[in-house]
Amino acid sequence: MKSTLVGAAAVAAILAFGLPPALAQQGVKIGFVSTFSGPQAAIGEDMRRSVDLAVEHLGGKMAGKPIQIVYEDDQFKPDVGKQKSEKLVQQDKVDFVSGYIWSNVLLASLKTVVDEGDTILIGANAGPSQIAGELCNKNFFSTSWQNDQTPMAMGEYLNTKGVKNLYLMGPNYAAGKDMLAGVKRTYKGKIEGEDYTKWPDQLDFSAELAKIAQVKPEGIFIFYPGAHGVQFLKQYVQAGLSKTIPLYQVFSIDAITLPQQGELALGTLGAQEWVNDLPNEQNKRYVADFKKKYGVYPSYYGAQSYDAIMLIASAVEALKGDVKDKAKVRAEIAKANFKSLRGGFKFNTNHFPIQNFYIQETVKDADGKMTVKTIATAVTDGKDPYYQKCAMK
Amino acid sequence: MDYLLIQVLNGVQLGLLMFLLAAGLTLTFGIMDLVNLAHGSLYMMGAYFAWTLIGWTDSFVLGTLLALPACFLLGVIVEVTVARRLYARDHLEQVLATFGLILFFNELVRAVWGPDGKSIAVPAFLNRTVNILPGVPYPAYRFALIAVGLVVAVVLAWLVARTRLGMLIRAGASNRRMIAALGVNIELLFSLVFGLGAVFAGLAGLMAAPIASVKIGMGDDILIVAFVIIVIGGIGSIKGAFVAAMVVGQIDIVGRAFLPDFLKTFMGAASASAAAPAISQVLIYLVMAAVLVWRPTGLFGQRS
Amino acid sequence: MPAPWRTPRGIITVLLLLLLAVLPLLTQAFDQRYLLSVGTRIVIWSIAAVSLNMILGYGGLVSFGHAAFLGIGGYAVGILSAEGYESGWMQWPVAIVVAVAWATLIGALSLRTRGVYFIMITLAFAQLVYYLSSGLAAYGGDDGLNISRSRFPGLIELRDKAAFYWLCFALLCATLWFCSRLVHSRFGHVLRGARSNELRMMALGFPVFRYRLAAFAIAGGFAALAGILLANDGAYISPAMMSWVKSGDLIVIVVLGGIGALFGPLYGTIAFFAVEEFLPPLLDLLHRGWGEYWQIVFGPLLVIIALYARGGIDSLLGRRHA
Repeated sequence: MKSTLVGAAAVAAILAFGLPPALAQQGVKIGFVSTFSGPQAAIGEDMRRSVDLAVEHLGGKMAGKPIQIVYEDDQFKPDVGKQKSEKLVQQDKVDFVSGYIWSNVLLASLKTVVDEGDTILIGANAGPSQIAGELCNKNFFSTSWQNDQTPMAMGEYLNTKGVKNLYLMGPNYAAGKDMLAGVKRTYKGKIEGEDYTKWPDQLDFSAELAKIAQVKPEGIFIFYPGAHGVQFLKQYVQAGLSKTIPLYQVFSIDAITLPQQGELALGTLGAQEWVNDLPNEQNKRYVADFKKKYGVYPSYYGAQSYDAIMLIASAVEALKGDVKDKAKVRAEIAKANFKSLRGGFKFNTNHFPIQNFYIQETVKDADGKMTVKTIATAVTDGKDPYYQKCAMK
Repeated sequence: MDYLLIQVLNGVQLGLLMFLLAAGLTLTFGIMDLVNLAHGSLYMMGAYFAWTLIGWTDSFVLGTLLALPACFLLGVIVEVTVARRLYARDHLEQVLATFGLILFFNELVRAVWGPDGKSIAVPAFLNRTVNILPGVPYPAYRFALIAVGLVVAVVLAWLVARTRLGMLIRAGASNRRMIAALGVNIELLFSLVFGLGAVFAGLAGLMAAPIASVKIGMGDDILIVAFVIIVIGGIGSIKGAFVAAMVVGQIDIVGRAFLPDFLKTFMGAASASAAAPAISQVLIYLVMAAVLVWRPTGLFGQRS
Repeated sequence: MPAPWRTPRGIITVLLLLLLAVLPLLTQAFDQRYLLSVGTRIVIWSIAAVSLNMILGYGGLVSFGHAAFLGIGGYAVGILSAEGYESGWMQWPVAIVVAVAWATLIGALSLRTRGVYFIMITLAFAQLVYYLSSGLAAYGGDDGLNISRSRFPGLIELRDKAAFYWLCFALLCATLWFCSRLVHSRFGHVLRGARSNELRMMALGFPVFRYRLAAFAIAGGFAALAGILLANDGAYISPAMMSWVKSGDLIVIVVLGGIGALFGPLYGTIAFFAVEEFLPPLLDLLHRGWGEYWQIVFGPLLVIIALYARGGIDSLLGRRHA
């Protein structure tokens, strides 16, 4: 009995393993690594919806070839992300890899994809400074930003607005430290305080908020991605601080968190390279179709993922579907000859975008739903501060 | 002075929340000798149940009140199907099984409620600040949290010290076999205790929800803190859990509030900003290690 | 009594080892590069699991901080590499020595406690190491650090996937051999005896504390070896290597495979990885889209194994002698 069990398991294993490659067709295969489980799964879901929408807008084909997207879950762990990247490159033999929400997952997976796999990686979110600088690679392109750029934009805006002092708060991990360091790069006022809270989970911000109430700065700058943004905002409002101290944020209030944050987020200001009301045709279509299909607004995670697919499509179309010559594909991608949701799009020498950053305010739309609205342009044609460390010129 | 008072209150509120979570854990551990890693999942389910019920009844109070028996029911179901078979087993097998339960509950929540987190708003009647001293506002909801936590602590103390159930609980914590030999329906007792633990965990989850958020895996990281607390307090001791929770709550808040400035007195500002959060994260572990070196079975634990 | 390898367990184990031994040849023949990566990871984690089994399975010491030693091994190699010391001959011994020293230190403090208190205090020390490495901004913090692989000039090139795999496999065999010798030696008997009845062993005059401390340190050293290999596998180190979740995974693997069974950790690791790789596509076959929720099946599977397969997978392979 037990041996039959083992035997059955072996057969099942062989079947399961043998089948996926057999199902491969002659098409354009794109691997997409994101987080689909655990507390941050909502972000992965938004990216997946946007990728699916992009495929739909393309009619399911690039240069006549069917598009196949292989989604993999990194479970928010760098080693799992690397494993899945390996699988995409070595087993599924994808033509392109995209996705990657988290810096550490991207850093762990980079070599596997771009060096050992010689496959083009289009980063759709994470933008660690190492990859913008010394680890830059001919196979890596980003349709998002470099981590420092967004807070730097906020810093510039705060200068123009004349905010004299600021209190900084963020979680105590690499991205959190980068964000707070980023705003300090450009912000010229006084930093009244800097608090790094526990990562991955600090339930309660009361101690820090009480400190802020005492210090009474002119503004609070925060970075609390995903669910943490919801937590912080609630407590900030409950502490009564929303009435007296304005909140400036990056990555903490977006289309994914707004349904939970609701009216508590009204009036907060954020910085990002894409806002859903950017006035170009492709963006209007994207936002409208997304809202119609899923009932909610898309976030920048999704917009960046949509752009990644469109970027790939532009290269595949230009080469009439022949993606075998990697050097030619790279050259086409580098041209960035596609209609980005951000309007114009061009790459810097380190393959990160040169782009504008906008300030958005949280408002209610005509239907009473929470959304964000562009109120200013903080940075025009911004370049990240690391591109000179990149060997590619 | 008011600032200090506010921070102390913050510590009390955090401590009471942790106590609710730890109380159930120390009960199941002390009486049934069960390492229940899925306790964090019960915390999470409490919040999700509350979200659904508040949505149905459109009332915060009604929703949360209904969520409690739901948690009790869930606890009893888990006890009867899984936990019951684990009492006689090695701690390791308990770890394996309850670890499996964590995975199950996390995926179940994702399948049923979706990957997006949910939000429970602070009820309107608590959505204001209260002046604890003239000119010193404190969020009313957190006050309510303190009140509920204290009530539960008192009720639990009364339950354990002055009722028959409590007597059985204390006896069971000392010597399980004896009370079985004395003719007590052990199975029923254990189901009750497990269910009670689930109620407290769920209560902690749903009370934390308006402050935090309702998300998948919300109990997994908190679980470690709960274990640290019951170890500091001594396994099986409700009093220990209370004291330890209050201590941990205060240390955590005070650490976050005053440590950076304290470090700045002899370190540069940049190093202080970097060192303070790192120290504050390991602080509770250092406290636990120190307590265990001094008292290897925790503050109020059974000396073997 | 039949020869040990004639039993069902024996046959399966030998086949398994043979399969692992020739894996690079097979994957090359069938162009399954990915399988070799999976195999490498299985072999490395098996080393870690065997090291945990030494103290947990045989000694009854449930360490919830074992992954910290993997991290120490990996970080020692990574930091030395980042600082320019790329020679494996220097890195690897240093890494193991550091891990053994740390294990001795925390073992001396932790082994004063028992039961769940021991579990928690080992966890506490692991968290300390975890947060410390997260705080090392110079070495990436929790972004982690991309490193170059250790160099063994003239002897072996670790970038060669097949060569690296065989090195890991050889080290796994060495670890298993060592574990076997340990368990059957006088040292091992004292350890196992102390697990059943500590008081009696002490009454017999054995300094149980010292034996346990030695075992703890040795296990730490072997775990560090696994960490070194892990760092070289991905050419990347990060604090995630030593999160408490990883320590938990290791415990699950050892219990799943069979506590106190020599090859238990190997079965456990393979089962653990196999489920993660094969269950999702299997579920997708049943119904498209179900594969994503594989943990809804895996969780209860663990519960069932805990409840009904006492002694883990090893017990499913037949009765054990002695």
